Amino acid sequence: MPKLNMVKALNLALFQAMERDADVLVLGEDVGVDGGVFRVTDDLQRKFGSQRVIDSPLAEAAIIGTAVGMALYGLKPVCEIQFSGFAFQCFHQIENHCARYRARSQGRFHIPMVIRMPYGGSVRALEHHSESEEQFYAHIPGLKMVIPSGPRNARALLAAAIRDPDPVIFFEAKALYHAAKEEVPEESETVPLGRAQVAREGSALTLIAYGAMVRVALEAADVLRDEDGVDAEVIDLLTISPLDRDALVTSVKKTGRAVVVHEAPRSFGAGAEIAASIMDGAFLSLEAPVRRVAAHDVPFVGFAREKANIPDVPRVVAAARATLAF
Amino acid sequence: MPRITLEPRFQVEYLSILDSDGNLDTALEPKLAGEDLRALYRAMVLGRRLDERMVRLQRQGRIGTFAPIKGQEASQMGSAFTLRRIDWMVPSFRETAAMIWRGWPIEKLLLFFAGHLEGGQPALDQHDLPITIPVATQLPHAVGLAYAAQYRGDDVVVMAYFGDGATSEGDFHEALNFAGVWHVPVVFVCQNNQWAISVPLKKQTHSRTIAQKALAYGLPGIQVDGNDVLAVYAAAREAVDRARAGDGPTLIECVTYRLGVHTTADDPTKYRTAEEVAMWEQKDPLTRFRAYLEKRNLFEANVEQRIDAEIAEAVRRFESAPPADPLTMFDHVYAELPADLKAQREEMAAREPAAPASAGEPPMTPGPTPMRGQRLTRR
Repeated sequence: MPKLNMVKALNLALFQAMERDADVLVLGEDVGVDGGVFRVTDDLQRKFGSQRVIDSPLAEAAIIGTAVGMALYGLKPVCEIQFSGFAFQCFHQIENHCARYRARSQGRFHIPMVIRMPYGGSVRALEHHSESEEQFYAHIPGLKMVIPSGPRNARALLAAAIRDPDPVIFFEAKALYHAAKEEVPEESETVPLGRAQVAREGSALTLIAYGAMVRVALEAADVLRDEDGVDAEVIDLLTISPLDRDALVTSVKKTGRAVVVHEAPRSFGAGAEIAASIMDGAFLSLEAPVRRVAAHDVPFVGFAREKANIPDVPRVVAAARATLAF
Repeated sequence: MPRITLEPRFQVEYLSILDSDGNLDTALEPKLAGEDLRALYRAMVLGRRLDERMVRLQRQGRIGTFAPIKGQEASQMGSAFTLRRIDWMVPSFRETAAMIWRGWPIEKLLLFFAGHLEGGQPALDQHDLPITIPVATQLPHAVGLAYAAQYRGDDVVVMAYFGDGATSEGDFHEALNFAGVWHVPVVFVCQNNQWAISVPLKKQTHSRTIAQKALAYGLPGIQVDGNDVLAVYAAAREAVDRARAGDGPTLIECVTYRLGVHTTADDPTKYRTAEEVAMWEQKDPLTRFRAYLEKRNLFEANVEQRIDAEIAEAVRRFESAPPADPLTMFDHVYAELPADLKAQREEMAAREPAAPASAGEPPMTPGPTPMRGQRLTRR
């Protein structure tokens, strides 16, 4: 089994999806000749031609809007928005049309498309290159919101997202693109959307995270084990919406305590919905309030202050200790 | 270094064939069969009479807010008439005449405006998008449809409708730009009805015409008398033929006028004069076309009465539609209902009284769009 980083794993998923289905197209800024600014679409144009791997003009709304038209016709476009911070220029196409066409047409049409976007901190770049906006998409009925946490599940989730008959927003953590290599099977592999995974089993509390924060939660769990002798469970959501509430409830019924970790600002973020789901399903098992470790409720802070804003291992450990001591 | 002229060729034409005084340019007169001309007139009258009936239905509270088309029948029918059934029509929200022509049952549109999403469901064999309300956002969809048709090698043209206000939106410009770069078979039909709710065209754009906006994107643009169905037809025919031949997109600006309200929630006396409306009433597209048909002995007596009967029958069918079953709101959110939505549906089922047995059709299963003459391209 080859060891791949997340960029190569995603590239493999795209390559295999395009090989198996002539209806799959790739569309976006610099995705063709350049292979994408993070090289996720590297070499696809050479293999599949410029009609299938389209270097579009620089216009997010028309990338998504024309892809909606392609999907209405029966194609399966995979769009790349260069950075999630630029997606507000196509947000209306996503909310007004991707998410609603199935309902608007009462099932006559559906939108089998994927919108890939790099999100999150760590690239030391300007504003709009490091934010986390998953909550906006997770709030929209009709969309699915997926965030992988490593090369193998990134590949399997992207393969599943492309086969999914509904529109999927697919966030890729920039911090993970080159972070680690994993064994990724050569033969095509999918995992079902909408299911969380237990990334580490434990019994004392549940750390809930997704994307780049899974690694932070796992490291925090190591610290808790080594320094506190505490056995933390880590849940990797993988899909933000539809949320796997059963997985959360099952874990918290066992541990009685939960801490949610995400890079997006805290208020009205995914953590709030996760906490509410735990309240709904595991209230009588709770030994402490559900805590959230998140970015602060401030706009972009600049990468010189990014570390102070995005959750890190000490903050997660501190929140876990406070929850355990409650 | 001197300044040199790079593009001396730009020109914007205005096309008029049958003017409001009944003068006909016989050299430009399209060669349409008598039966086609009659069908065009019937469709325009149907659009007008249905519009008037819908205003009354709205005032009586039997349907909700809608956007009347009165005055724009020629712009819609002259263009939509050039499409074949396998071509695609992409409407905005003021294309009732064209939508009926394309095959939307009248009662379905009434159902739509009465707040039932069922009314927005095109038939499986119908190549029409449903009404799109956010202004200009349907235009990139038209370009995408055309790209997909070209990609699959299908012999298909896409026609997209919008108003003068839409030309200020980014999506309009992005759609024209993509259409030009991709060279796809799409025809953009702007119904320039002079008013975007209360804002007149001169406050919408500083361009002399809307047609000229096409030139910046490398496409031909033409302005036509939008109240002259023959001129609209001729321009659309040319554009559709060009698209079909692989010669790319066109922008057609139909200069017309919204004789009625923007929507039934609007009072136009607040922003425009009675004189202006009266002036445009003199240019009514139906009056001049009827005179033309009479002169050619093609006018059918009693056409209005037959259309009114058709509308009355459709209104009866609309009013006998079953009441809305609230539980169906969960049917078309995703292909498969996620667990949480299932739970929400069950909660609703527990609190709502049982819905009356629906006499409607079974729910439609979405599938690949059937396409005559389709061939799959393997690349």
